[in-house]
Amino acid sequence: MQIEINGEAAEVEEAIPMAALIATLALTGKRIAVELNGELVPRSRFDQQLLGPGDRVEIIQAVGGG
Amino acid sequence: MSQAPAQSDSLIIAGQEYGSRLLVGTGKYKDLAETARAIEASGAQIVTVAVRRTNIGQTPGEPNILDVLPPERYTILPNTAGCYDVDTAVRTCRLARELLDGHNLVKLEVLGDEKTLFPDVVATLAAAEILVKDGFDVMVYTNDDPIMAKRLEDLGCVAVMPLAAPIGSGLGIRNPLNILTIVENAKVPVLVDAGVGTASDAAVAMELGCAGVLMNTAIAAARDPVLMASAMRKAIEAGREAFLAGRMAPKRFASASSPLTGLFF
Repeated sequence: MQIEINGEAAEVEEAIPMAALIATLALTGKRIAVELNGELVPRSRFDQQLLGPGDRVEIIQAVGGG
Repeated sequence: MSQAPAQSDSLIIAGQEYGSRLLVGTGKYKDLAETARAIEASGAQIVTVAVRRTNIGQTPGEPNILDVLPPERYTILPNTAGCYDVDTAVRTCRLARELLDGHNLVKLEVLGDEKTLFPDVVATLAAAEILVKDGFDVMVYTNDDPIMAKRLEDLGCVAVMPLAAPIGSGLGIRNPLNILTIVENAKVPVLVDAGVGTASDAAVAMELGCAGVLMNTAIAAARDPVLMASAMRKAIEAGREAFLAGRMAPKRFASASSPLTGLFF
């Protein structure tokens, strides 16, 4: 199924859990935070949170800034 | 009566005590090593970071700003820089809180336009209200407008941060009397945020009674950022001590410093 990750289209398996998506992106354990369709997904829910077609995922980190 | 020494003159924000009254941003540096050296030289304990999309798969193993600024050592102040509406500012704060394991302190800025980067004060008020209700300790960037500063304080912001001049302009304090009025009206710390260009600007802010100064470009864009960071640390301390000492009243004409009695000529 197709989803969007940080604004880019991506093909992932049906009903993939957020934790698995994070793992395939090699981001497990990194200092990141995640939104699904504009809503925060706490790290504690990465395992339960399943993704559906057309979902928009945002993965963010801290960067230098004023 | 002598004032307490500078060491015990702490800045208190949201119940936390800080020895340094200089807050620094982490943008625009050449690299993370220079960022770390400049921040070390500044003596700052509160450092701002921005929140942006992670590069997916492009730069694995790329060092992160939080690797050189460990949250165990610094108070990380995530900001909403680049947000032009209430929703993105609130979302950014919620993401930042998750990123920093529930840390509630945020710097709110909701910008009005790209040319001036002046705050959209209507949107800033609305976002501040949502964030305060959601349990955030909000340090808020605003105009040098005493009325708006008071409104933001009344909403429950833990610090009010009027600009000295446009972000990144280095123009110094354009409206010192308004900054003074904001300081006099406030019960929460007032920090000048944005527009400082050099050390004397920072000292002026402190002499006006500001609780601190937040800056980024003035340090990062100096020819020698590490040296400027050190200059800013001293300017903040000097300005604070001058404020506490209470300056002499300015006079129009001269007043001799040596005794006028005992002249032998």
